[in-house]
Amino acid sequence: MSTDLPVLSPKDFASDQEIRWCPRCGDYSILAQMKKVLPTLGLPKEKFVFVSGIGCSSRFPYYMDTYGFHTIHGRAPAVATAIKTARQDMQVWVITGDGDALSIGGNHLMHVIRRNVDLKIVLFNNQIYGLTKGQYSPTSPTGKRTKSTPVGSVDHPLNPLSVALGCEATFVARSVDIDIKHLTMTLERAAHHKGTAFVEVYQDCNVFNSGAFEFATDKKVKNDNIIYLEHGKPLIFAKGTKGIRVNEGSRPEVVDLDGSVSEDDLLFHDEKAPEPSLAFLLARMRYPKFPEPMGVFRAIEKPTYNEVVNQQIDDAVKQKGDGDLEELFNRGDTWEVK
Amino acid sequence: MSSTIDAPEAEAQGRRKETLETVVVRFCGDSGDGMQLVGTQMTNVSAAFGNDVSTLPDFPAEIRAPAGTLAGVSGYQLCFSNHDIFTPGDAVDTLVAMNPAALKTNVEDLKRGGTLIVNEDEFDKGNLTKAQYLSNPLAEGDVSLQAFRIHKVPMTRLTRDAVDGLGLTVREADRCKNFFALGLIYWLYERDSTATENWVKHKFGKKPEIMEANLRALRGGYNYGFSTEAFTVHYEVPPAKLPAGRYRKLTGNEATALGFVTAAKLAGKRLFYAGYPITPASDILHELAPHKNFGVRTLQAEDEIAAMSAAVGAAFAGELAITASSGPGICLKGEAMGLGMITELPMVIVDVQRGGPSTGLPTKTEQADLLLAMFGRNGESPLPIVAAQSPADCFYMAMEAMRIAVEFMVPVIFLTDGYVANGAEPWRIPELSELKPIEINHPTEPNGEDDVFLPYKRNEKLVRPWVKLGTPGLEHRIGGIEKAANSGHVSYDPDNHEAMVRVRAAKIDGIADYIPEQKVDGPESGEVLAISWGGTFGAVRTAARELQAEGKAVSHAHLQYLNPFPRNLGDIISRFKKVLVPELNMGQLRMLLRDKYLVDAKGLNKIKGKPFLVSEVVEAISDMLD
Repeated sequence: MSTDLPVLSPKDFASDQEIRWCPRCGDYSILAQMKKVLPTLGLPKEKFVFVSGIGCSSRFPYYMDTYGFHTIHGRAPAVATAIKTARQDMQVWVITGDGDALSIGGNHLMHVIRRNVDLKIVLFNNQIYGLTKGQYSPTSPTGKRTKSTPVGSVDHPLNPLSVALGCEATFVARSVDIDIKHLTMTLERAAHHKGTAFVEVYQDCNVFNSGAFEFATDKKVKNDNIIYLEHGKPLIFAKGTKGIRVNEGSRPEVVDLDGSVSEDDLLFHDEKAPEPSLAFLLARMRYPKFPEPMGVFRAIEKPTYNEVVNQQIDDAVKQKGDGDLEELFNRGDTWEVK
Repeated sequence: MSSTIDAPEAEAQGRRKETLETVVVRFCGDSGDGMQLVGTQMTNVSAAFGNDVSTLPDFPAEIRAPAGTLAGVSGYQLCFSNHDIFTPGDAVDTLVAMNPAALKTNVEDLKRGGTLIVNEDEFDKGNLTKAQYLSNPLAEGDVSLQAFRIHKVPMTRLTRDAVDGLGLTVREADRCKNFFALGLIYWLYERDSTATENWVKHKFGKKPEIMEANLRALRGGYNYGFSTEAFTVHYEVPPAKLPAGRYRKLTGNEATALGFVTAAKLAGKRLFYAGYPITPASDILHELAPHKNFGVRTLQAEDEIAAMSAAVGAAFAGELAITASSGPGICLKGEAMGLGMITELPMVIVDVQRGGPSTGLPTKTEQADLLLAMFGRNGESPLPIVAAQSPADCFYMAMEAMRIAVEFMVPVIFLTDGYVANGAEPWRIPELSELKPIEINHPTEPNGEDDVFLPYKRNEKLVRPWVKLGTPGLEHRIGGIEKAANSGHVSYDPDNHEAMVRVRAAKIDGIADYIPEQKVDGPESGEVLAISWGGTFGAVRTAARELQAEGKAVSHAHLQYLNPFPRNLGDIISRFKKVLVPELNMGQLRMLLRDKYLVDAKGLNKIKGKPFLVSEVVEAISDMLD
């Protein structure tokens, strides 16, 4: 391949297919930010592959002019594991939703993360089943009234980041669909991570669950309700007026930065902490009791599944030479019939 | 030992040696007694000696059912012969029973007049009770075993004596008694034990006292046979006249794995195997995993669905993709197989059939997944199906399955079964030049106007192109939603859907033009045609030939291709007055044949988790002859 890569622009990544999400769906923004990020990665178009499951978000691959595979419900991580293991030269993105990843595909999500396959997983969390027209999802809050739960859901929701951290994820992040700059930056970070990069994106389903994330998007209140994580920096939000401190009971608490608390007493973010406890603590901070953290919760290095599998192959070839069929056929006890 | 004691010396002592054509030996004991191990050793030694061999391992699903109980009995049957054989034998000539439970569950298969060797030390009150014997069948005056030539051997005591002085615990010493039994059988059938001794030395090389103990037990058994006057006869079975060449013993699962490695090499591709552990298919994974220097990547997936999905992903990436499972796993794979079908990607799904439904009989054989393979997916989703007829045939049918998959861009189902997968037989090692190459073409240029790539544009066989992921300019999207012809874009157009359903089916029907015509064993027309598939080959072939030898107008057609059927099958069927379809199910192939050819086929159906006896098939065919 030539070393001079053509300079690509976002529109080079747009396919010729009409986009069929509902008007004002949060998916549009995520698609747009993705098209912005890909040209910055220094890879030609044919080296990207988007793999998805089933759900509104999973139509994503059809709208990208890259390789793409719209698979079946919940199984994208398994399909993508094989693709990356077979073809390490490809950058593999998995596009999924809260039902796809955490309900029907929960098992695959758990295993792909623990294996640390080098995939970029973007989970569009809208806390609802949109494609099937509005049933509650595994991330819907308890009590959620939907078509399938007319008097309120009984289930306790899953927290996607807690799940990922529990599976020993090496990269965990969160962003919001219309927080354009932050989403672009987060996707970029995910793209550069070696290993499973798990990104939860709060995504508005304006048809079946409109405003679920208003606390994080409404300009009037969002500064009080979200907190941007920066590695090595103290946790400060509400335009510098509030911070997060860990109290004597090892629990986070919101403190006013009115002079009575010094910044040094605040919780400092460390995305590289070898243990996931801090990231877990941050993942448990939920609105309205706490501002919800946005950004990279965890980013550590660990060997990837695909790398080690292929290393074992290379080592075997080095030690034993390229497989010889005749030798293989004649292994063990053989005898001659005349 | 053959160097220390030779046959002429035994004869000088007044022993007779008889020459036999075919012998069936069964070892049975507790599942912890090492019966599979000694059965395998006897098979290896007999095969290496030049006999044709056929085996039937039979073990419980529990790794260790309570010792001494009927549920915990494990057996290994081996038939060896001086001529070509197709089955492990109907009835047993020599039965080795290591405890009362083994005797009780196996003695009914022993021929009248057959040799029965029992470890009398295990016939104590506790073991007799566990085996539900009210009295000791070995006791003086008991007549229940009088039809047999019985040898009561105190194997436990003799084994302990043989290993005395090595510092073993009683438990360790007792674990050697399977080798004592093996040594005795080696003497009885004049087998050379060198290969087994070498195996013991290799296996236990790091534990010298265990190695020495097993060798002593083996020799002890042999010497016991030699020196005990109870054994007045011993036997030889001369080598078989198999086609010339170099041979090796293979089980069906080993052959399947080897077939896939070979297919990959012939295609110049890498193999990607994804599977989830399941009896009786796991050995395929075990066989493939070490072949890393052949570029074989194996993924032990989190579940059957993931394994199937990964196979689809690997095929999309451009690898030779395979997965293997058994009935319960195949059920779980159904949806992802449908994805492979609609995206028209090449892969092979192996179904090592076992007794069903549900968990069923995990370690027993059955052929009841044929209709699952035919119809076990939603929508109109036919897939090609091939089946292996014997352990060594798995090698060739695995390659054939892969050839069809890549030539026609389609997932292919390869059916074997527990009997074929665990059974072993001699395999003539082929010359590489005998094997047909597998051709694969990945496009590198757009195939449509204006440099557009059309992923669903078909060739004359109705096959779409297989793009290697990462090829510049051929970026495209596929998925499980119905595709528009040529472009592969999502399409809900009614006419397009019908056209696509029909073209996918037509592609698979068209495979009939590229597979061999069906062969008939026996006259081309006649009274009864037996049609079989899969692992019943041996029993049906042997039965048909026995009847042919009696001058009966009986022929046999054994199907290796089940979807589509060979193009001349209807013609063959029309030339016989009656058709019998013996199957280890309720009549699944029979249903397909009746549907396709409107033939009034009769069934011989056995659902016991065991293969057919030749005699059962002979009887069923005879009943149809006037």
